[in-house]
Amino acid sequence: MTQLGTIASLMRSKNAGPFELTIDIMFDGPADFERVIASGVVNDKDIGALLGIEPQLVKVHHYPPAHAIKVTMPRPVSVGDPGDSDLFGGQLFGPLVTLDIPD
Amino acid sequence: MVDPEFKSLTYLSPTGMVGGGFTEEHFINALDRDLAFIGCDAGSCDGGPSYLGANEHFGSRAAVKRDLAILLRAARKLDIPLLIGSCGGSGGNWNVDWMFDILKEIAAEEALKPFKTALIYSEPDRDLLVEKFHDGKLAPLNAAPPVSETALRDAVRVVGMMGAEGFQAALGAGADVVLAGRATDASIFAAIPLLRGFDPGLVWHAAKIMECGGAAVTKLDRPEGMLCTLHQDRFVLEPVSPVQKCSPTSIASHALYETGDPFEMREPSGILTLQNAVYEAVDDRSVVVSGSGFRKAPYSIRLEGAEIAGYRAVVIGGIRDPILLARFDAFMASAQTDIDHGVVASFGEDIAGDYQLTYRAYGRDGVLGQREPLRDQVGHEIGLFISVVAKTQETANAIASLAAHRILHHSVPEWTGLVSNLAFPIAPHVIPTGAAYRFMLNHAVFLDDPLELFDLQYRMVNA
Repeated sequence: MTQLGTIASLMRSKNAGPFELTIDIMFDGPADFERVIASGVVNDKDIGALLGIEPQLVKVHHYPPAHAIKVTMPRPVSVGDPGDSDLFGGQLFGPLVTLDIPD
Repeated sequence: MVDPEFKSLTYLSPTGMVGGGFTEEHFINALDRDLAFIGCDAGSCDGGPSYLGANEHFGSRAAVKRDLAILLRAARKLDIPLLIGSCGGSGGNWNVDWMFDILKEIAAEEALKPFKTALIYSEPDRDLLVEKFHDGKLAPLNAAPPVSETALRDAVRVVGMMGAEGFQAALGAGADVVLAGRATDASIFAAIPLLRGFDPGLVWHAAKIMECGGAAVTKLDRPEGMLCTLHQDRFVLEPVSPVQKCSPTSIASHALYETGDPFEMREPSGILTLQNAVYEAVDDRSVVVSGSGFRKAPYSIRLEGAEIAGYRAVVIGGIRDPILLARFDAFMASAQTDIDHGVVASFGEDIAGDYQLTYRAYGRDGVLGQREPLRDQVGHEIGLFISVVAKTQETANAIASLAAHRILHHSVPEWTGLVSNLAFPIAPHVIPTGAAYRFMLNHAVFLDDPLELFDLQYRMVNA
């Protein structure tokens, strides 16, 4: 087992407009990218469960030109709302870093 | 059809945001490339709804003036258009005027020859907006809140994100400088290439990368600019700074940044499609892109709106008592009962729905809240952030003060006698933060004419 954050070259989250959040998982090359896709770990159901978002609202995109996986979902509340905890959405990827990827 | 006169076109984006800074020397060196125009984005909704609501700029006036002065000097010297979008941060009317004041100040100080400036105001007339709403022309985008006529009328501010047509109209009227209100970032850089007949797929794709200045480089240690040269079947990107480099991956990666979908991006006039885009190295610092597509769609623009959610006061306090930390949840639940009782005693039963009290326990689940998988792992310290939003500032201050005081002295069963549970790092410990705003629109509005919600005005500067 290897943690996703050890394989990825960059993991980050950011607002995609005021109502959506997007998480990018980027890899140095096609090998790591394909390995993580093949593991099936990054899927709408499990990421939704991990972050408390309904799975049908979670969209996973595979983006070969930059060896990247993008996961986009609605924000729990909009940017800067009185209930928001992260204005730029920059720290909301945290729980994904320690996901285990089978060797 | 590409005008044969324009087989290629080069333009410059000096930095990702006016006020973000760039190295003047590198910028000056990029000016001898026969530029068609200089464009720069000036806005973002990243900073939240309060800047839009409160008529404020999120940055420093001095930094904006410094960047704008360098850009204006260069554009007037070369006599090429200077296009600025989303002026003053959030692109409201106040923000456009704020930027125009700075522009006039620079023009006067530098004694520039007279030039024509277009101001494009992007706060739509509310009656017109309500009419569009009743005609079914407002469509909710992803995760949009419900909208009503009342919400549209009561919003503190609403802006529409203009497309390339706003800039094109201003240029058509002879503007040398365009200060636009809220605009899509890419429309700043698409306007002139589209007018000159370049392929819309290539134009919009290049614009989408160029709007962030030189951000799509392999290593971004300081903000710098990017040069783009459009050809009929490709475009080439080259960093302005001689020490920065683009690679096919760094350019391709930019399609991920702040976007929900890396393959399809909506602009007012259609959808940029990147499924067939090809990224290739020209040399060790430039990249050529081809294959980008564009699919026309019914003309629509995105609306942004801010409403007042109330007035906020906050308190920050640290907890270091291991006994309390070991039973933190039970302690907070018990303190909450005490706080509720105190609030009702002060303000009466009717206060119940009129305020929102939230806690963030930094060190445990301050970022993710209930969604934190590790929230049962409490360390040796918690930073408690208390926030109250109420109908008036006075009420918010009073409830924040009461909540902090009750938690401060709320009993811990293992201890006997009066305790003081919170370490406040500042005095006064209750911090009023003013109006709290909320984004209340994430809607597209379909238009009959790309300019119908915008107000274009022209001013001669230094005339």
